[in-house]
Amino acid sequence: MLKRALALFLSCSSFVAPVSLGADGDDLGMGGGLTNLNMPRGVTEVSQVAYDVHMLMMWICTAIGVVVFGFMFYVMYAHRKSRGVEAANFHEHLGIEIVWTVVPALILIFMAIPATSALLKVYDTENADIDIKVTGYQWKWQYEHLGEGIKYMSEMRTSIDEIEGREPKGEHYLREVNQPLVLPANKKVRFLITGNDVIHSWWVPDFGVKRDAVPGLFTAAWARVKEPGLYVGECTELCGKGHPFMPIVVEVKEEEDYYLWLAGKKEEAAVYASTIGKQWSHEELMSKGEDVYKISCAGCHQADGNGISGIFPALNGSSIVQGPADGHIAVLINGIAGSSMQSFADQLSEVDIAAVIHYKRNAWDNNVGDIVQPVDVLNFKTAQ
Amino acid sequence: MAHGPAEGITRWLYTTNHKDIGTLYLWFSFAMFLTGGFFAMVIRAELFQPGVQLVQPEFFIQMTTMHGLVMVFGAIMPAFVGLANWMIPMMIGAPDMALPRMNNLSFWILPFAFAILISTLFMEGGGPNFGWTFYAPLSTTYAPDSVNYFIFAVHIMGASSIMGSINIIATVMNMRAPGMTYMKMPLFVWTWLITAFLLVAVMPVLAGAVTMMLMDINFGTSFFNAAGGGDPVLFQHVFWFFGHPEVYIIILPAFGVVSQIIPTFSRKPLFGYSSMVYATAAIAFLSFVVWAHHMFTVGMPIAGELYFMYATMLIAVPTGVKVFNWITTMYRGAITYETPMLFCIAFVILFTFGGFTGLMLSVAAADIQYHDTYFVVAHFHYVMVAGAVFSGTAAVYYWLPKWCGRMYDETMGKLQFWLAFIAFNITFMPQHFLGLAGMPRRYADYGLQFADWNMVSSVGAFLYGGAQILFLYNVVRTIMYGKPVAEAKVWEGAEGLEWLVPTPAPYHTFTKPPVVISSAAGEDEWTISGATPHVAFKAAPGAG
Repeated sequence: MLKRALALFLSCSSFVAPVSLGADGDDLGMGGGLTNLNMPRGVTEVSQVAYDVHMLMMWICTAIGVVVFGFMFYVMYAHRKSRGVEAANFHEHLGIEIVWTVVPALILIFMAIPATSALLKVYDTENADIDIKVTGYQWKWQYEHLGEGIKYMSEMRTSIDEIEGREPKGEHYLREVNQPLVLPANKKVRFLITGNDVIHSWWVPDFGVKRDAVPGLFTAAWARVKEPGLYVGECTELCGKGHPFMPIVVEVKEEEDYYLWLAGKKEEAAVYASTIGKQWSHEELMSKGEDVYKISCAGCHQADGNGISGIFPALNGSSIVQGPADGHIAVLINGIAGSSMQSFADQLSEVDIAAVIHYKRNAWDNNVGDIVQPVDVLNFKTAQ
Repeated sequence: MAHGPAEGITRWLYTTNHKDIGTLYLWFSFAMFLTGGFFAMVIRAELFQPGVQLVQPEFFIQMTTMHGLVMVFGAIMPAFVGLANWMIPMMIGAPDMALPRMNNLSFWILPFAFAILISTLFMEGGGPNFGWTFYAPLSTTYAPDSVNYFIFAVHIMGASSIMGSINIIATVMNMRAPGMTYMKMPLFVWTWLITAFLLVAVMPVLAGAVTMMLMDINFGTSFFNAAGGGDPVLFQHVFWFFGHPEVYIIILPAFGVVSQIIPTFSRKPLFGYSSMVYATAAIAFLSFVVWAHHMFTVGMPIAGELYFMYATMLIAVPTGVKVFNWITTMYRGAITYETPMLFCIAFVILFTFGGFTGLMLSVAAADIQYHDTYFVVAHFHYVMVAGAVFSGTAAVYYWLPKWCGRMYDETMGKLQFWLAFIAFNITFMPQHFLGLAGMPRRYADYGLQFADWNMVSSVGAFLYGGAQILFLYNVVRTIMYGKPVAEAKVWEGAEGLEWLVPTPAPYHTFTKPPVVISSAAGEDEWTISGATPHVAFKAAPGAG
């Protein structure tokens, strides 16, 4: 207890930075972890009430611990047989037994009051300015700015070489993504969270937001972030082997920058729409397809296309991959029910799907030779 | 006419003797403890540094899953069933368990269950990789094929537990010696009786959960499959309706052990016998109505969250009563610090500490930050390891001289205690910090900001593993070469029927039932008639 109290005392005095890339990137190197002892107070009302009630509970428990263990240590010292004491023979005392039942109950009632008001704050999801749909996939997140027509996948950027130690680990190891969720500061943002395959959990400690992403269910949480900056979180529900490798990065911008960014995103989408109809060459598709494959497929089917025996089927030499293109497109668009092969229709663009299919049909020992164009994928989707 | 055990292996295969079966349970649980401990060593070795070094993430989550399953179902539960088998008949004056053949069966199906479970690690596609809580749909739609073996193994374990607990209930209700009223039973018997009822109530719920999984996986049902109209959250409700009482199934017998040992080495009766019984019953009741505090982040309605928060906080009241009782028992006693007492004192301190973090976890708004982080891992290892495992170790040291008629090496026992106590705290104290700083559980790899405390925790874990080898050595050495003990009452302050039978306890105790005689002074006395010379001692404290 003493050790704990001391450690926590240290944590209170030395705790400075919230867990965000911008603020603490420098002191989170290999040597900086020992002072990292407490929950971040965070940057939203919810995270701050959670922190306050956490600290309150901790100090109450510490106080009870000091009294109870203090008495116990006194007894252990004073009533040792080796000091020549004689054992008394009393037992049971109604008065004291009532006291030690009623007093803890009163303390609990005292604790329940702030605990209740904190929870009410957590659940105050009404009247949001902006709605963001968060979908958990094995092993990445998809963010959709509802009403804006903008959605994107957010995947970890740390390379397998860093993870497996063939390259030195970067400063933001496992805490970096290709596309962070972008939010405006000082706006009430509501997160509508769901899962696509298994249950994930979307947690940003600095926001005090942790909600399970359950397939078939929407859960709600909210945040109003005062300070622009980068905030990092993690998946907190075991979702398979990639569980540690689907970080959350949120970039909070000033309101005007947010709208500028949103306009840019919309423009990008328009430009992209014009490329769907274009005829792509074998080389273009192979090179784009390889990139997509590495991010979206190799995790299970492996970089060499040979899969993992008994869990993830090989693509190299697969009859589906080498068969008619429509069959292969169908698998990517619809997934395979009852297996871990998910639908990529909402995760990858038509260009990406066409490229990766083309790549798989012509990589390793596969050599189909025909060309799958984005427009084929689009046609398949519309036909369904 | 008493007769001894059969010769050779058949003694163990066919035995219906409660002591033999108790021994089998204890050795089996220790083997599982080392197996589950080995899995933990793999986990801690991989987490020694950030990055993927020793095992792939896919295998890592199989290790966390198996560690949990083996420790809960293979190590802790059978250990306490073993203690119950050995001690309950001796404590209540019964010649054996009420259902001796079922007793044999309930043990002998267990090794098969765990052989099946552990064999999945060698199957194509690997073993269970969905955590010991096996949340659907990760454990159904997305599970490896070996999940069917896992389900079968869980069914066998459940059957074994149900048979074991029916046996304990039948024994306690029917086979108490004349005069041994319920409120005179030793606390260990009381806590086990209540635990047995919990087991009978919730093991079928677990069986139901895995059966629904089996149907979803193989027969096209959609209990937990949202796409078919099912609900993944239903799984969690069903699982935790089993899972929360399960944690009390693990800890209540531990309370019983501690309530036997602390009075012995304080040389003073247990302070509040009846309030201990009522507190145990209250904890058992509350354990049924708090399950969803494991699910504060699934998006329950706020009314549900508030109810489960308040109900969970309430458990602190009867638990506090127990802790205050243990300390008041020590107050003005004449305390000595033999190994069993050391483990029990560590139990009281560390379990209470785990109780404090439990109270913090019950506050839903804060739990949203704690949930599924290492803070939770630290919390439940404080109550499971420092709770159940420490008290189990204390029980072995306490009763081993009675079982085998030989005294363990006190110095080595104390060495093991201090090693285990220090290593335990080095392992799990930093995990509180890791969790608060944001490290989720079941992570095969982590960001650099968690590196230092993970390394400290791993070093502690290796030391803690080493302490168990010392334990094994000390126990084996005691059984083979320990100093013989002749007195029936091995410990000066020990009270209870088991300390009236000869040491080592004969193969068959109580061929004639002992009798409780109320003396003129108002103190109850017990006598054992038959082969043993008449001995009398005062009744269970507070039981008059």
